[in-house]
Amino acid sequence: MALTLNHLFAVIMLSGAFSLVSAMLFVVMDAVDVAFTEAAVGAGISTVLMLSTMALTVRVQKKTKRQIIFPVLVVFLVGILLIYGTLDMPSFGSFDSPAQMHLGSKYLQITYKDMGIPNVVTAILASYRGYDTLGETVVVLTAGLGVILLLSDLKKRKNRD
Amino acid sequence: MKHHLILKVITKFMVGVIILFGLYVQFHGDYSPGGGFQAGVIIAAAFILYGIVMGLETVQKVVPIWIAQKGAAIGVLLYALTGVFSVVFGYEFLNYAAISPEHPKHGQHYGIIIVELGVGITVSFVMIAIYYSFADRTPRLDDNEW
Repeated sequence: MALTLNHLFAVIMLSGAFSLVSAMLFVVMDAVDVAFTEAAVGAGISTVLMLSTMALTVRVQKKTKRQIIFPVLVVFLVGILLIYGTLDMPSFGSFDSPAQMHLGSKYLQITYKDMGIPNVVTAILASYRGYDTLGETVVVLTAGLGVILLLSDLKKRKNRD
Repeated sequence: MKHHLILKVITKFMVGVIILFGLYVQFHGDYSPGGGFQAGVIIAAAFILYGIVMGLETVQKVVPIWIAQKGAAIGVLLYALTGVFSVVFGYEFLNYAAISPEHPKHGQHYGIIIVELGVGITVSFVMIAIYYSFADRTPRLDDNEW
């Protein structure tokens, strides 16, 4: 449906709804942490930011004469290839998948001994892989700085000084 | 949004609940799903909701722009200084056992809480600052224009 829509408001709302649905998908697959993030960022904040962008620019997409058949074909082909690729993957929740065999089970065994906290995800994120998380936090800060620098009014700031 | 009385009343009620939930996700993150990233985004969502319904000026009385921008840096600083702290006391960078050398387990627990707090502060203030810089440029819109 989003293919033929020209009204950007409807497109943004549809993408927000899609985010919410995929958050439910993550809950079904027991990835509650990811579901949290998807629901809050994907459905919540990014929808608001898209709406603000729309308010800054235009409400309706420009009409194009170009055909959309070729892009749709490419999207379907890539989708079929991706689904074909999943056929070789171990089935969901299978005991002998590589993710369960090596590092995962080791973390499950040593986390409670090392930290005394039951949430292995938090333990890995904040302590075993603390250096990575520090980098991720810096990435978030840098992204924020970039947006602030791009969007805030430099001229107004200069006049105030 | 001058005449949306119901939205305003519901928002005033919901903002508190959302922030409370965000704090739960933040400080209960070592026992239940969640942590700094999720909590930061949830708390930022509360402020953004407040800003959308009550207007940008009202929410900027609660969190001024300079707090949002400096707070984002303070979170990263809190995280990095925790790492420096353990280096100073002779441990590896970000080895939280340095916080309580007699009980390395407790030290790890405290360290996780502190760095998650740093992550939460950074994420929520960055989100709020991004929202501010978008909303600052948006011209005043009538409800009919949407």
